[in-house]
Amino acid sequence: MNILQIIIFTIVKILIVVTIILLAVTYLVYFERKISAWAQNRIGPNRVGWHGALQSFADVLKLLLKEDIVPDAANKPIHTLAPIIALFVSFTTYAVIPFGPNINVFGFSVPLVVADVNIGILYVLALTSLGVYAITLAGWSSGSKYSLLGGIRSSAQMISYEISMGFSIGGVLLLSQSLRPVEIVQAQSGWMWNAILQPVGFITFLVSAFAETNRLPFDLPEAEPELVGGYHTEYSSMKFAGFFLAEYANMFIASALIVTLYLGGWQFPYLDHFGLSNGWFAVISVITFAIKVAALLFFFIWVRWSIPRFRYDQLMNLGWKVMFPLSLLNIIWVAVLIMVFKL
Amino acid sequence: MLVQYIPVFLVIAVAIVFAVATVFSSEIFGPKRPTQAKLSTYESGMKPVGTTHERMSVKYYLVAMFFIIFDLEVIFIYPWAVQFKKLYIENGISVFVSMVIFLVVLELGYLYAYKKGGFKWD
Repeated sequence: MNILQIIIFTIVKILIVVTIILLAVTYLVYFERKISAWAQNRIGPNRVGWHGALQSFADVLKLLLKEDIVPDAANKPIHTLAPIIALFVSFTTYAVIPFGPNINVFGFSVPLVVADVNIGILYVLALTSLGVYAITLAGWSSGSKYSLLGGIRSSAQMISYEISMGFSIGGVLLLSQSLRPVEIVQAQSGWMWNAILQPVGFITFLVSAFAETNRLPFDLPEAEPELVGGYHTEYSSMKFAGFFLAEYANMFIASALIVTLYLGGWQFPYLDHFGLSNGWFAVISVITFAIKVAALLFFFIWVRWSIPRFRYDQLMNLGWKVMFPLSLLNIIWVAVLIMVFKL
Repeated sequence: MLVQYIPVFLVIAVAIVFAVATVFSSEIFGPKRPTQAKLSTYESGMKPVGTTHERMSVKYYLVAMFFIIFDLEVIFIYPWAVQFKKLYIENGISVFVSMVIFLVVLELGYLYAYKKGGFKWD
């Protein structure tokens, strides 16, 4: 492929993936509200569209037509920059996550990943670190005490859990011998899923992902009963929508990342022994990926409505005194596994 | 080799355009009717008291310092992890032992911080 063809294919892939993420996020909000209603014996949104299916679109339209209020005490440039960073991070991270095998389009072999780079995992880590800035700057620049407390808490929480997240990924790299997500998926063929080979690493990564996306039980940055809205107390209209969108997009991307790193990615176990044609193989792989991600997203929502919020000292204790040593032990466990079983 | 990074730059460009467009769209579509009450800081309906930018708990700085220390170890482990299988076949168990020694030294520092109450939060 020459450079022009790469650019054309990439733009098509970006447009498809961004559309899918936006739709997925819209319906994720809808399903979260429906599942929470179901968990609490309510009905949930049921007015706009069939069983309320268009509720999220109505919400976006409403936020679009609302006044954008920037309080006097706020630092205006940074106040505007923070939601831009949040959106930027959540709409760049998906680039390295493979969602299917190579397919043939007009005689070209196109990988179903937007950017197949050899530093994929480092790219993800770099961008998630950038995500901390969005929340910290939002909290600091709003000029409100609730926002500041939410922002500081959140940055301390996110950087604490980033450590155990990084060490957990180390265990994955030992088995895949590559930082390229496509190769990490290929290393988990059959039932050699990392979640089965290194369950401890899987759990530490999962818990860290909950903390990184600020989901309950770790949603202290926006703990409503004590901090109103946390770091986005002083945000309104599309800036608020930006944070909201980024939060749900991060949840989607975190699920996709967990599937890629630990649950075999787009691979359906032993599908290549069934003798399917190239096209059907790709279709079933993409559907497998979608089902795995959807199951994890349901798990995210399920946990939110089942487990109460942690206290802040419990959260930091869990991060530094439990998750950190466990993720280190996991690396040694995987190394021993490789040496003993010659994986 | 650099060709594989073209998609990354395209993604970054699209993301910047998307983020800026989203944030500024309500400036175009939304009304502009500021009043004194709207522009004041929200403090649960009370008049705002004092300033926001006061000193905060030193614990947060400690967490930031620990983060810098341990995040460097994370990045140090990655090259070893990627090459481990190959090096183990070539050099045997010494590859594993040397990393265990490093992790033990790291853990000693961690235990020292633990004993000194660096991770205590009250």
